Amino acid sequence: MRNPLSLHLRSARLVYDGVPLFENLDAEFAAGRFTCLLGPSGVGKSTLLRAFAGLAEVGPGAVSPELPRVAWMAQDDLLCPWLDALGNVTLGASLRGEKADLAKARDLLAQVGLADRAGAAPHELSGGQRQRVALARTLYEDQDVVLMDEPFAGLDAPTRWRLQELAATLLAGRTVLLVTHDPREALRLGHDIRVLAGRPVKLGPVLSPQGATPRALDDVSLLAMETKLIGEIADGAA
Amino acid sequence: MIRAVIIALGFVAAWYALVAATGVPHYILPGPARVAVAFADNAGFIAENAAITFLEIVLGMFVGLLAGLSCALALAMSRLLRVWMLPLIVASQAIPVFAIAPLLVLWLGYGIASKIAAAALIIFFPVASAFYDGLARTNAGFLDLARTMGARKPLILLRLRFPTALPALASGVRVAAAIAPIGAVIGEWVGASAGLGFVMLQSNAQMRVDLVFAALIVLAAFALIFYAAIDRLMTALVPWDPKRIDR
Ligand SMILES: Nc1ncnc2c1ncn2[C@@H]1O[C@H](COP(=O)(O)OP(=O)(O)O)[C@@H](O)[C@H]1O
Ligand SMILES: [Mg+2]
Repeated sequence: MRNPLSLHLRSARLVYDGVPLFENLDAEFAAGRFTCLLGPSGVGKSTLLRAFAGLAEVGPGAVSPELPRVAWMAQDDLLCPWLDALGNVTLGASLRGEKADLAKARDLLAQVGLADRAGAAPHELSGGQRQRVALARTLYEDQDVVLMDEPFAGLDAPTRWRLQELAATLLAGRTVLLVTHDPREALRLGHDIRVLAGRPVKLGPVLSPQGATPRALDDVSLLAMETKLIGEIADGAA
Repeated sequence: MIRAVIIALGFVAAWYALVAATGVPHYILPGPARVAVAFADNAGFIAENAAITFLEIVLGMFVGLLAGLSCALALAMSRLLRVWMLPLIVASQAIPVFAIAPLLVLWLGYGIASKIAAAALIIFFPVASAFYDGLARTNAGFLDLARTMGARKPLILLRLRFPTALPALASGVRVAAAIAPIGAVIGEWVGASAGLGFVMLQSNAQMRVDLVFAALIVLAAFALIFYAAIDRLMTALVPWDPKRIDR
């Protein structure tokens, strides 16, 4: 069985251009739960993910645990142009010198709706298709900690809906941080929702909507929460 | 291909018109007909020497590519080499190959070795610098991704940095293909007993300008075909190169 990890920041500090982005930032993200991070653009959401991925220097011992491997999906799809979709999904294996599990990779491509595009090069795919390959690559990594930066932005509504469901199902039981600018997506997927605001950035209280994920969003109480979240994000941006 | 033929025909026509209109003596500028006759009369001699020059160009290309590639790889892998060797390599470019070609002949003799060295030397820098630049400019996002995947360092170089450097390398190889013939001919000019450069030099001394032109045309044709072939090869090697998109 999985051994979920909780993620901690303690007194994290990061200065960009002379103005601190993180200053004495403490945060905890619960083990085995799907946490959605909301906030205005430029507030530091991507940087928070990068800190947990070990890609942003936020001070000695500030990040725990320090993981040698995480599943990280950047805002950019970061597909290698010289590899086909299948090769991109198994990139991790090839960079670790492991034998790629092609059956698993094909299955993941099928799950994101690209069964017939496994041999396509990135420049032959649409933006949305590329993003789905990146999602499949992230899922292929099969890690306990999964960090996703706006994974569904730019997808058409039905595809987004289906992939949200897929992510909720396949990532159940793992510690997931998902950055989004869409309060609805947060309400559909998040066990917990946190709003980021200000510079240096602060995290708002944990908001935990009722009901199992992925939520259908046909509940009136969720609508009220959406209005509240939009208000909070707008305040943070002001 | 049709365009190439039209350009060649146009060139010959203009050449013919120039000679006919100005009436320059044939020992200054021979007309196309005279050059064609010189070519036909000396076909065997020209072919023999052309084969030698082609061999020099191809081998020089091979040696220069190999040296440039390994140098770029070494520089990309070692900080120590970068700090000490990079300025040296850049400074070495201040010395024109023309200036050291006589030394090459002195050290390597009148045979093809000194010409291969000259061609290799002239292409070394464009290849090394293009490839090194490509390696140094790997998208930081790719390297971040590799890190989160627990990638092994040699595999990052081989499977991430090397392929991202291929478009830059392809540009370097194209430049090399264009200038390698210059290197070989420079080598022949400063001292040779065979090759197209040797034919040109010798015929010039004997006032056989028609033969000079015949050799020159063969050299130019080969250089063009060589470049076109390498260009095709590079395009096939790097099908994702953004340069292809604006074709
Ligand atoms: N490498 C960097 N150098 C300088 N400033 C940066 C760098 N990365 C991010 N920033 C700044 O930090 C802030 C937060 O960026 P980011 O985490 O990408 O925001 P978000 O993902 O919430 O839109 C922005 O103001 C951005 O300009
Ligand atoms: Mg961002």
